[in-house]
Amino acid sequence: MGIWMIRRTTASRRMAVLAPMGALALAIVLNFLLYIVMGNDPAAVFYALLLEPFVSWSSFSEVLLKMTPLLLIAQGLAIGFRAKVINIGAEGQFILGAIFASSIPVWFPQATGGWIWPLMLLLGGVGGALWAVLPAFWRVRLNASEILVTLMMSLIAAQLLAYLLVGPWKDPMGFNFPQTVMFQWDAMVPTLIPGTRVNVALILALLWSALAYVYMQKSFQGYQLVVGGLAPHATAYAGFSEGRAVWLSLLIGGFAAGLAGAAEVAGPMGQLQRGISSGYGYAAIIVAYLGGLHPVGILFSSLFMAALYIGGDNAMVSAGLPVAAVRVFQGSLLCCYLAAIVLVRYRLVRDGQEAPA
Amino acid sequence: MPAPLLSLRGLSKSYVTVRANRDIDLDVAEGSIHAILGENGAGKSTLMKLIYGVESPDAGEMRWQGNPVAPSSPNEARSQGIGMVFQHFSLFETLTVVENISLIVPGKKRALVARIRQLGQDYGLEVDPLAHVHALSVGERQRVEIIRCLMTDPKLLILDEPTSVLPPQSVRTLFETLLKLRDRGVSILFISHKLEEIRSICDHATILRDGAVTGHVDPREHDAHDLAQMMIGRDMPAPRPFVPREPGPVLLELAGLDYQPDDPFQMSLKAVSLKLHTGEILGIAGVSGNGQGELARLISGETRRHAEARDEVMMFGQPVGDLGAAARRRLGFAFVPEERLGRGAIPEMSLSDNSLLTAHGLGLVRHGLIDRGAEDAFTRRCIADYDVRTPGPQAEAGALSGGNLQKFIVGREMELAPKLFFVSQPTWGVDIGAATEIRRRLVDMRNAGAAVLVISEEIEELFDICDRIQVIREGRLSPSLTVSETRVEEVGRYMIGAEEGAA
Repeated sequence: MGIWMIRRTTASRRMAVLAPMGALALAIVLNFLLYIVMGNDPAAVFYALLLEPFVSWSSFSEVLLKMTPLLLIAQGLAIGFRAKVINIGAEGQFILGAIFASSIPVWFPQATGGWIWPLMLLLGGVGGALWAVLPAFWRVRLNASEILVTLMMSLIAAQLLAYLLVGPWKDPMGFNFPQTVMFQWDAMVPTLIPGTRVNVALILALLWSALAYVYMQKSFQGYQLVVGGLAPHATAYAGFSEGRAVWLSLLIGGFAAGLAGAAEVAGPMGQLQRGISSGYGYAAIIVAYLGGLHPVGILFSSLFMAALYIGGDNAMVSAGLPVAAVRVFQGSLLCCYLAAIVLVRYRLVRDGQEAPA
Repeated sequence: MPAPLLSLRGLSKSYVTVRANRDIDLDVAEGSIHAILGENGAGKSTLMKLIYGVESPDAGEMRWQGNPVAPSSPNEARSQGIGMVFQHFSLFETLTVVENISLIVPGKKRALVARIRQLGQDYGLEVDPLAHVHALSVGERQRVEIIRCLMTDPKLLILDEPTSVLPPQSVRTLFETLLKLRDRGVSILFISHKLEEIRSICDHATILRDGAVTGHVDPREHDAHDLAQMMIGRDMPAPRPFVPREPGPVLLELAGLDYQPDDPFQMSLKAVSLKLHTGEILGIAGVSGNGQGELARLISGETRRHAEARDEVMMFGQPVGDLGAAARRRLGFAFVPEERLGRGAIPEMSLSDNSLLTAHGLGLVRHGLIDRGAEDAFTRRCIADYDVRTPGPQAEAGALSGGNLQKFIVGREMELAPKLFFVSQPTWGVDIGAATEIRRRLVDMRNAGAAVLVISEEIEELFDICDRIQVIREGRLSPSLTVSETRVEEVGRYMIGAEEGAA
């Protein structure tokens, strides 16, 4: 008696929707088993982790705030992932975006005007894209793995940030804390919903998602990227440029991550500091895959992942869950998803049942 | 009458969407060469897998020397005395012949070497037991496979399309070997769709069509036309008559192209020269793996040369050696590659989206956005005009059978109305009806004034449709041979490199 995987003749659309949900259910079960083993009260954890983020407006608005950078970065990364250009350095591109955006309030703390925050966001995007130039260049030139180069660039970005914060950009009145001055009012992204911290960047993230949808589902350029990801030989056969696919993928991903970084310093942070990213660049990789690399799916997965961040904080306070629990949840969720997604292309068959119609 | 060696009654096997074998009856007598004849997809391979124990039947009975058997693995089939040589060889290239054989056959190396030599002498299967497999020709590798089977003393030897990889001269040696084997009491199941071969060597033939047996005949008593009719169920379409025409200007020219690939397992090309004019079909013959793939990529633009070598490939009078495939296509070039899945088409994408791959210039893209209506209309036209059997334009390319996908790809490329058309292996895995149709269309293009280049391993096909043939062997191209003044044997001599000294 054994179970076999048999390739489907066409991908199952039903499974494409069911697989992420099944993965989610499985991850919840596995993690709660872990919580029980650790001696936590599963009911309390369940409430704090998965329900509380949605029940009160104040915590849900925090979910929307967390969702913004995840959504921006994941939409950008997913484009590259579909072209099989695996940029895992969004974390570094995010940091560079934050640094570039901070240059205005740090160097011109007295400046005023409504142009400041849009320019900061733009600078942030450019900074993130610039940080992706080197990986793209080496990949196209020397076929150096973009996976390694982007990852190493993230480590460099973290050191660059640390240098600026303890060196030239340190707030002189900041009691030697490694952080810049607090930004002036005009350097902050306007609040969207009064009484919450949700700001205009959420609208930008939704617009960016719509753009990503059109680009990947409707445009010929997006089509070429997908072909490159699915069948590299077909790309060469048709004469699509592989180098251009690498450049586009990395620059788009870098721009999105940089924009997210800028929106973070010009939003909830209000200054540049070491902890500007709570691992958004890495979490967005999970978000992108969990959303099936599809712009609509990513809307949902980013919302869920943001809720997990908020719920994790809640559970830490109210149910005594350790800090690492959220990371464990994220990781196990990705593993479950990668296992479940196989069912979109394959179906399981038991011995002796190979030929049902 | 003695009991047959192998006897099948009512054998059936279904897969999810197809009934691959239906109610097959088959008797293989001792000491006979028995042909299984059928088009691609008729169920020949499935039947062999059932006999060889690779798969189990859903229903039916199998008797071996009168006793019921149900082999559940090739190992079991081998121990009963059934051996099989697959179309695609399973030899390790970095090992020697005797090392490959010792992986399956127990015994000391010295004893094995002696037995290999002995079998080689007995059956005309000469091969050096100590040679490395990567240094052997395809024909020699096939001999190794056959020897490996013979080492286990089989009573039945199954050969899956053994001649499809061989040049004509090697086919003759193979047949002599098979006759010797038969005379010593080994029965042979010979799978093929080549009618003349079957008529020349087999004493029984079982014909399969759509998974069912359509006849048991003595092939020597029927002509090829009869057999073909039984095989495809209707009359063979006649080849399109050739319109004689004077060749026009040169559209494609390679002048002494030298190419050293980066990959050591690829063939390097040496001083390759060819000229292709409008209104003619030039065929490149040769045993596979002699540089066809490398040559195809250089012509298609998938391999780009550096700028100094750009005039090694001339198209439409322009140097194009450093241009990519898209730039060459814009000049009026189209290409059908030998690999369909993953190169000529993207298996996970719909036929519609596969149209876009090369036909995007025909108004399928506007302002950078895909025009789904135009894409759908173009795809429907290809499906209808080229008789692609599929549920519709939204079917995934990977779900089509090889022959149907080939018809789609050929259709898509022909719809581009190229002035210079290049097809590699146009009818590989395509059934006879569709293959004839593809050849007719190639001749139509030629008659309409296009320049057509065809790479094929099937000499008969090239003789059917080409004006001229050049033979590729070990990365070198023979001089041009005019088909009307050339015999198949001459091409065959170039294929095995025996032309030196003969001239």
